[in-house]
Amino acid sequence: MHSQPSPESRRERRDPSRAPREIAPAAPDTEAQALARAVVKRRAAEAGALLPILHEVQDALGHVPREVLPVIADGLNLSRAEVHGVVTYYHHFRTEAPGRHIVQVCRAEACKSMGADALFEHAQERLGCHAHGAHQHHAGTSEDGRYTVSPVFCLGLCASSPAIVIDDKLHARMNAQRFDRLIDGIERSDASVAGTAKDAA
Amino acid sequence: MNAPASTSASASAGASTVTVYVPRDSAALAVGADEVADALRAECARRGIALDLVRNGSRGLLWLEPLVEVATPAGRVAYGPVTAEDVAALIDAGALSQANGPASASSTIDPRAAAHPLHHGLTDQIPYLAKQERLCFARMGITDPLSLADYEAHEGWAGLRAALALPNDAIVQQVLDSGLRGRGGAAFPTGIKWKTVAATRAMQKYVVCNADEGDSGTFSDRMTMEGDPYMLIEGMTIAAMAVGATRGYIYIRSEYPDAIKTMNEAIARATAAGFIGANVLGSSRAFHLETRKAGGAYVCGEETAMLESIEGKRGIVRAKPPLPAIEGLFGKPTVINNVISFASVPLILSRGATFYRDYGVGRSRGTLPIQLAGNIKHGGLVEKAFGVTLRELLYDYGGGSASGRPIKTVQVGGPLGAYVPESQWDLPLDYEAYAAVGAVVGHGGIVVHDDTADMAQLARYAMEFCAIESCGKCTPCRIGSTRGVEVIDRIVAPPASLKPGMPNKPQQVQLLRDLCDTMVNGSLCAMGGMTPFPVLSALNHYPEDFGLAKPDREAA
Repeated sequence: MHSQPSPESRRERRDPSRAPREIAPAAPDTEAQALARAVVKRRAAEAGALLPILHEVQDALGHVPREVLPVIADGLNLSRAEVHGVVTYYHHFRTEAPGRHIVQVCRAEACKSMGADALFEHAQERLGCHAHGAHQHHAGTSEDGRYTVSPVFCLGLCASSPAIVIDDKLHARMNAQRFDRLIDGIERSDASVAGTAKDAA
Repeated sequence: MNAPASTSASASAGASTVTVYVPRDSAALAVGADEVADALRAECARRGIALDLVRNGSRGLLWLEPLVEVATPAGRVAYGPVTAEDVAALIDAGALSQANGPASASSTIDPRAAAHPLHHGLTDQIPYLAKQERLCFARMGITDPLSLADYEAHEGWAGLRAALALPNDAIVQQVLDSGLRGRGGAAFPTGIKWKTVAATRAMQKYVVCNADEGDSGTFSDRMTMEGDPYMLIEGMTIAAMAVGATRGYIYIRSEYPDAIKTMNEAIARATAAGFIGANVLGSSRAFHLETRKAGGAYVCGEETAMLESIEGKRGIVRAKPPLPAIEGLFGKPTVINNVISFASVPLILSRGATFYRDYGVGRSRGTLPIQLAGNIKHGGLVEKAFGVTLRELLYDYGGGSASGRPIKTVQVGGPLGAYVPESQWDLPLDYEAYAAVGAVVGHGGIVVHDDTADMAQLARYAMEFCAIESCGKCTPCRIGSTRGVEVIDRIVAPPASLKPGMPNKPQQVQLLRDLCDTMVNGSLCAMGGMTPFPVLSALNHYPEDFGLAKPDREAA
C-alpha cells in the first residue's frame, strides 16, 4: 500500500480511457445515499461504528440498499468488500426492499415443539411468500410486494410458543386461526387506508 | 433523579386509589398486555375509579400472562391470563374493590372476585413461585423496572456501595469465594476471569456483557434486561471497579427490541442519577456504558465472535489464545460475562460470598434461573439452587406437557445441548453430573417435546442450524454440518440408487458418528464442537426414530 506505484501503473492511471473510479466526477447522491452519508458523518467517530450505522440505515429505509455501501465504506475508510461482507454476514440486514409487511416466524426448537413448522408453512401459503435457500432460511416476498415472510431463530418467547413478529409487534401462543385473524386485521386496515386515500384524491 | 415518581409505593395516591400491575415484559406484551392495560384505563375512567397502573416486569409465570395483580392490604392478588375482554367482568366481580379493605387476606378478597376463574389468590402464595429460591430474580415482577426509587428500595445498589468500600482485589476475592461460574453456558469461574483482567496492565480495559441469548428455550437474559435492568448495570459496574475498566458494552440481540429499549432508558437514567458515568456514586471513578445491537447471527454468542461484531466486523470466531481477558475488545483486556453472571454479582457483594455459596451442590454453587419452555403446561422462569431434578421441574413446576401427551424428551442447554431421555430425569441439575452423561446445563433452558417429536428430524435440524449459523472459519463446522444433514437424510431414507437388501444403514450411522467425532474434536468453538451433542444423544437414546433397532442397554 505504501510503496510507490511503478511508472507503468502511473501511466495507466493517466490514460483517460481507464480513469480510476475515484477520480470520476461523483454522481449526485440518491436519497438513500444522502441519508447514509449523514448517518456516517454523525457516527464515524464511534468505536466499531459499522453495525450501528447499518442498523440506523436499515431502520430508516427498511433495508440497506447496495448503492449505500460505497458511501459507508468511504466514510469509514473501509473497502467496499469489507462493508459488503458485514452486510451479507448478518441475517438481520437486507439488501433488497422487503414487502410492506414483514412476518417473522420462529423456527427454533421450543416453537417447533408446539407446531412452528406447520405455522411457517401456513404463513407462506396464506401470504404467497416462499422462503428459499438450501435450508429455507432466506426470506420470501410475495409477488405483489405486500408481504415478506422470514424465518427467525428465537424471539425469547419460548414458554409461549409458537411465536411470531408482524411489523415489529410480537405475538405468542400462535396457531393458524389466530394468524389468519391477525392478517385479516392487517388487510382490513390496509383496505381502509387505501379507501381513505382514494376519497382524499 | 429523572425517574417518574414511584408508582408502586402508592403512598402518594389517594386512599381510594387502586394500584394494579400489568407487566411490560415482552412475553406479556406478545399475548396482549398493552391491550389489557388500555382496557383497564378506559374501564376505570368510565367508572370513576382512581387507577394507579404500574407496568412491572414479569413474575415469570408465563402461562398466566398477562398476569394482572391488584394491590391489597394482604398482598398482591393475581388474575391471569387476562384478556382485554375480561377486564370489565373482573371489575364487575369486585376485583378492584378489595384493594382498600382491612389487612387480612380472607376478609379483603371479595368472594365474587375469589370465585372468578382467573383468580389465583395472593401471588406470593402461588406454589410455582412460593417454592422457588429467587436470589437473582428477587425483584422480578415486583418493581417497576425503570424506577430507580423502586430499585433502591429493594436492595438496589447495595452491592455496588459495598464494592466501592473494598479494595479491588477484595471484590474479585468475593466473587471467587462465591463459587459463581459463567451462566452463559461454559460455566467458567467468573472470579478467575476477573482476576486475569485485573492483573493485566493496560491503559484501557473493557467490560462486555454477552446478551446475545440465542439459545431456543432461554429467556432469562431477556427478562433481566426488560424486568430488572439496573441489576445488570450494577453487576457490570462492580466488575468495572474490580478490574479497573472504564467502558462497557452490552451486546443485545436484534430479536430483542424491547430489551434494547429498556436497557438504553435504564442506562440513561442511571447515568443521569450518577450511579454510572464519569463519577460512579461520587467515587471519582468512571464507567461509561452503552448497548450494541447485534445482527441476528447465532455464533456471535461465542465471545470472540461477539468482540469482532462489536468492533464492526463479521462475527468470525477468533482463535484462542490470546484470551479475551488479556487481548479482548479492540485488543484490550476485557471481562466478558453473560447477563445472569453479572446480575448475580450485586447480591454476592451485598450479602457476602458465603450467603451465595450456601446454595447449590458440588462445584455448582448458587442458584440458576431455569427456563421451562416448549411443550410444557406451566412454562416460565424457575430460579432454584443447583441440585433440582428435571422430573421436579417438568412435573412439580411444569405440570407436564402442554399438549397433554406424554413427554418424550427434553433438550437442556439450547440448540447445542443434548436431548435428555427419561432415564436421566432424576439427575441433579449440576454442571458435573450433566457433563458425566454427555449433557450440558448451559444457560438453563429446558425445551420439552411430547411423544410426537421425531428425533431424527430434530437431529437433522441441529445439523441444519449449524450449517446456517456457522461462521465458516473452521472446516469441521462449516462443511461437517452440511454433510451431517446429508448423512442423516441417508439414514432416514436410504437413496433409491442403493441395491435392495444392501446393508447401508450401519455404515451411514458409523459415518455420522465419525463426523460428529471430527466436529467435537476439530472445531474452533462450541458451535461446531457441540452440535453433535443433540445429534448423538438423539441417535443413542432414540435409535428407533432413525429406523434402527431399539437401544441395547449393554452396548450403550
